[in-house]
Amino acid sequence: MRLNKHKTFKTGGIHPHDNKLSAQVAITPLPLPKMVTIPIIQHIGAPAKIVVNRGDMVKTGQIIAKHEGFVSSNIHASVSGRVGVIEEVMDSTGFKHMAINIRVKGDDWEESIDRNDALIEEIKLTPKEIVNRIMEAGVVGMGGAAFPSHVKLSVPEGKHVDHLLINGVECEPYLTADHRVMLEKPKEIIVGIKILMKALGVQKAIIGIEDNKADAIEIFQQLLKNEKHIGVEALEVQYPQGGEKQLIQALLNREVPSGGLPADVGVIVHNVGTTFAVYEAVQKNKPLLERVVTVTGKSVKQPSNFLVRIGTPVIDLLIAAGGVPEDTGKIVSGGPMMGKAIADLDVPVAKGTSGILLIPKAEASRSEIYNCVHCGKCIEACPMGLEPYRLLIMSKKGNNKRAKEEHILDCIECGSCSFVCPSNRPILDYIRLGKTQLKKQKNV
Amino acid sequence: MNEVILYTVLSLTGLGILAAAIIHLVSKKFAVQEDERIDKVEEVLPATNCGGCGQPGCRAFAKAVVEAGTLEELHCPVGGNAVMKQVAAILGINAVERDPFIAVVRCSGSFEYRKKTNIYDGESSCKIAATLYSGDTGCAYGCLGMGDCVDVCDFEAMYMDEKTGLPVIIEDKCTACNACVKECPKDILELWPKGKKNKRIYVACLNEEKGSTARKECAVACSGCAKCFEACRYDAITVTNNLAAIDPEKCTLCLECVETCDVRNIITVNIPDEKIKSATDHRIKMEERARKKKEEEKLAAQAAQQQNGDATKQA
Amino acid sequence: MSAGLLTVSPSPHIHTDLTVPQIMRGVIIAMIPALLFSVYNFGLGAVYVTLLAILFCVVIEYAIARYLLKRPASIYDGSAIITGMLLAFNVPSNLPWHIILIGSAVAIGIGKMSFGGLGNNPFNPALVGRVFLLLSFPVEMTSWPKAGATWSLDAVTSATPLGILKDGLRAGDTVPELMNQMPSYTDFFFGLQGGSLGEMSAFAILLGLIYMLYRKIITWHIPLSMLATILLMTGIFWLIDPTRFANPLFHLLTGGIMLGAVFMATDYVTSPFTHRGMLVFGVGIGVLTVVIRLFGSYPEGVSFAILIMNAFVPLINSYAKQPRYGSKSQRHKAYQEKLEKEVKATP
Repeated sequence: MRLNKHKTFKTGGIHPHDNKLSAQVAITPLPLPKMVTIPIIQHIGAPAKIVVNRGDMVKTGQIIAKHEGFVSSNIHASVSGRVGVIEEVMDSTGFKHMAINIRVKGDDWEESIDRNDALIEEIKLTPKEIVNRIMEAGVVGMGGAAFPSHVKLSVPEGKHVDHLLINGVECEPYLTADHRVMLEKPKEIIVGIKILMKALGVQKAIIGIEDNKADAIEIFQQLLKNEKHIGVEALEVQYPQGGEKQLIQALLNREVPSGGLPADVGVIVHNVGTTFAVYEAVQKNKPLLERVVTVTGKSVKQPSNFLVRIGTPVIDLLIAAGGVPEDTGKIVSGGPMMGKAIADLDVPVAKGTSGILLIPKAEASRSEIYNCVHCGKCIEACPMGLEPYRLLIMSKKGNNKRAKEEHILDCIECGSCSFVCPSNRPILDYIRLGKTQLKKQKNV
Repeated sequence: MNEVILYTVLSLTGLGILAAAIIHLVSKKFAVQEDERIDKVEEVLPATNCGGCGQPGCRAFAKAVVEAGTLEELHCPVGGNAVMKQVAAILGINAVERDPFIAVVRCSGSFEYRKKTNIYDGESSCKIAATLYSGDTGCAYGCLGMGDCVDVCDFEAMYMDEKTGLPVIIEDKCTACNACVKECPKDILELWPKGKKNKRIYVACLNEEKGSTARKECAVACSGCAKCFEACRYDAITVTNNLAAIDPEKCTLCLECVETCDVRNIITVNIPDEKIKSATDHRIKMEERARKKKEEEKLAAQAAQQQNGDATKQA
Repeated sequence: MSAGLLTVSPSPHIHTDLTVPQIMRGVIIAMIPALLFSVYNFGLGAVYVTLLAILFCVVIEYAIARYLLKRPASIYDGSAIITGMLLAFNVPSNLPWHIILIGSAVAIGIGKMSFGGLGNNPFNPALVGRVFLLLSFPVEMTSWPKAGATWSLDAVTSATPLGILKDGLRAGDTVPELMNQMPSYTDFFFGLQGGSLGEMSAFAILLGLIYMLYRKIITWHIPLSMLATILLMTGIFWLIDPTRFANPLFHLLTGGIMLGAVFMATDYVTSPFTHRGMLVFGVGIGVLTVVIRLFGSYPEGVSFAILIMNAFVPLINSYAKQPRYGSKSQRHKAYQEKLEKEVKATP
């Protein structure tokens, strides 16, 4: 046991092998694709309303779908060119959604966007203007859930926020997108943090980074030597530390109440990728139209981190990373623990796509299921302190009322229970089913 | 020794009498007054407790019937009209006849017609697959084929056909209890009027996509071509969202639409082929006649025009 | 493009290597040191009994699954082998084969398969078999061969230290007098004592424990709480009257306590889910064991104690729950109060 043990969260947690194959590969911009497909719903909330027509010429950065209501997000053209068919396409959620196709012509940017790389430190805008700018730029949480960022920044009245936490944990195995952004754009991230602090009016910000990213921790420690209000905290590697609730527990030892929001305990959490997008949106007036995507997997020839325009089909990324190996059995959009398997290589990269993971055929299918042996490992692993085996039984029997009493809705779907189950039981499958059914009942 | 036995017997007897008295008093004091008719009604019900009537079990149904005092809104689909007549007799009220229903499978995308586009490897349950994605074939509306409906059927009235991958309903066993309809995440199953002499027709597709897309996904998908709509003389067929649907109330089983469908996806049950054929012949004849009539009219009109033209010329 | 269709399944897409067969293999490996020690002690008899028990258990499980329950045989997960080994560990090394057969049949048939196989049995199957044999064949089950004596199958029998103690105390002797008749504590620790096949050597069992802890097959909660309770309780009684009660170390090293604490009580299926529950379970076994040993008519009580506590597992499970995230937070209370106020304030 190490003497100077780093902080981590207390309830549950697992230790899968982290396999960060692409950690030392610098971010490279992917060449412009021939065609992009931009779904109008890439975020949590209402789909955006399409404001272009087939045949229109659009510039890079132009709004092509406007947000509908507050919990929604603008969608921008990520390339310049002509708008093609607007139809339902399969996206990385596994369902068909409306999407706008744009045939790429040149690379003609909106003039208002500052494409200079120079760092701008001075923050001129007022807090209100910042939130507005972020909303206009269509910034959403880039850790995976894609919750619109301006909603998070608008703290409900009567709630006092005293801490801003920056999530640089990247606890998902394989993924390195956030890690690379931290290594390559640390100064921009710090300015982004200051912008967020100004918008929220908080005095304290902490960047949480797991200690398998020692280089990133060092860079931030160097840069933040003279900063009183922003701190860096190394965290012990444990999954799912990148979960909002787990990060709050790890860094501040506070617990978000069941059904509550981080703001209930005075905290707002933003991902480092989002923070960088905020910097670009506020200082450079650049909307969220590209993001860093890790392409990885044991069979991938060149595991890489690409800067990709939103809407680029997955196949383009795979070709750039050395092609699709023969033995590929499964392709996951996101990390191996929470990502979604995709069936189609034309699925576009969305704002929340943090990685593309290739899994060989031999590891793609599930193994034999045994009876529950009551080992209690799922309970030990659950970061929310639930009893997954019990929830599985209840959900299977359709006893959703009982499952709700056992706090099934607290589940963050991190997959730790299914990961550790020695009997390979589909625990999360059934918990997710129970949650979906309960939510449906609520809506009815 | 004898004394011991005597005391034991006496005390135990006393204890027994005391307990009996207590039980008697309690049963008197806490007796629940229930309408006797509830028991009688429950007796004639099929006792399957399937919930098909909308009540949580047969006793609840009996209670509801007795309380309501009318059969307007309550009906036991399993027992059908025969049982409801008995219930009506017990309660001394008018029986309400209802047409019997049966579940139908509104998807005909068998393995042959609907190719797999990926391999599903999660827990074998349609409900779970439906929460994950749109399905392991291109069609986002079709049957997922893992048989949740079969599992939930209390009457063993369904089975999965291994050749087609679709559920099959056994006509004699299905009681229209609605369990499978509620279970199916894709709403493939639907209760349909059983029809006169068990004859019925329905469209076995739910795909609402554009014709070309739908056909790419499934060779027998309804493309919304509206040929059946045009053939129907009774307004029983509607086409909405590229999907044809038959209204069983308006349908007269004239069968003239059946063969208009390119992919023959208007399913007929208990109807002999000859009838369909004669209906088609009739339709073709009628169409021919209509066409001829039109042509004749056209000719007549042309003739009239010519006459007019001649007239003007003469003038 | 890769050949064939892609697989789609719900997350997570990776899985731990520690699956049921792996775990069972780990437990079997952990039991090997104890087995080797008993072979060293009792010679061929130990091998003979162990192999027979394993064979009977596997065959009976296969037969029941295949021909009675009509479902695929479940023997490949290795749990029947463990049951057989544990049953063998709990009987004398000179037990006749027909008694082993009966024991295996009871362990697998009644103890496990009648409840639906692995994962559904409320009681530890090996212990069910053992206790059944103990009650049905008291003579055969309590005539142990002398340790380290011989490699032949018909060895001289001797009593266990616990048996000597119980009989001696009944006869009116004091503990210190009886202690003189027994081997030293180092002999106890390494297993040079009379007793059942696998319970001899605390040392060998501890090796197994360390292996299982290292592989993360079991946690420390049950063994430690059970042993600590026994140590504490016997210690208290020993301090009260050293002439009537043996010292705690003697109790810890003799009989089936070590075997029970490491291999029997930690059985996943019949022990509680949560760490809290495991502690309660371990303490319960400890208390019952000590009570039976000191005040009961049997010299040994571990099997009974574990079986009794097995019956309490469902109850323990429903009370000893893991602390839920968000349930302990101070802020949470404040939040709840605020919510309540808001609810009250709204008309």
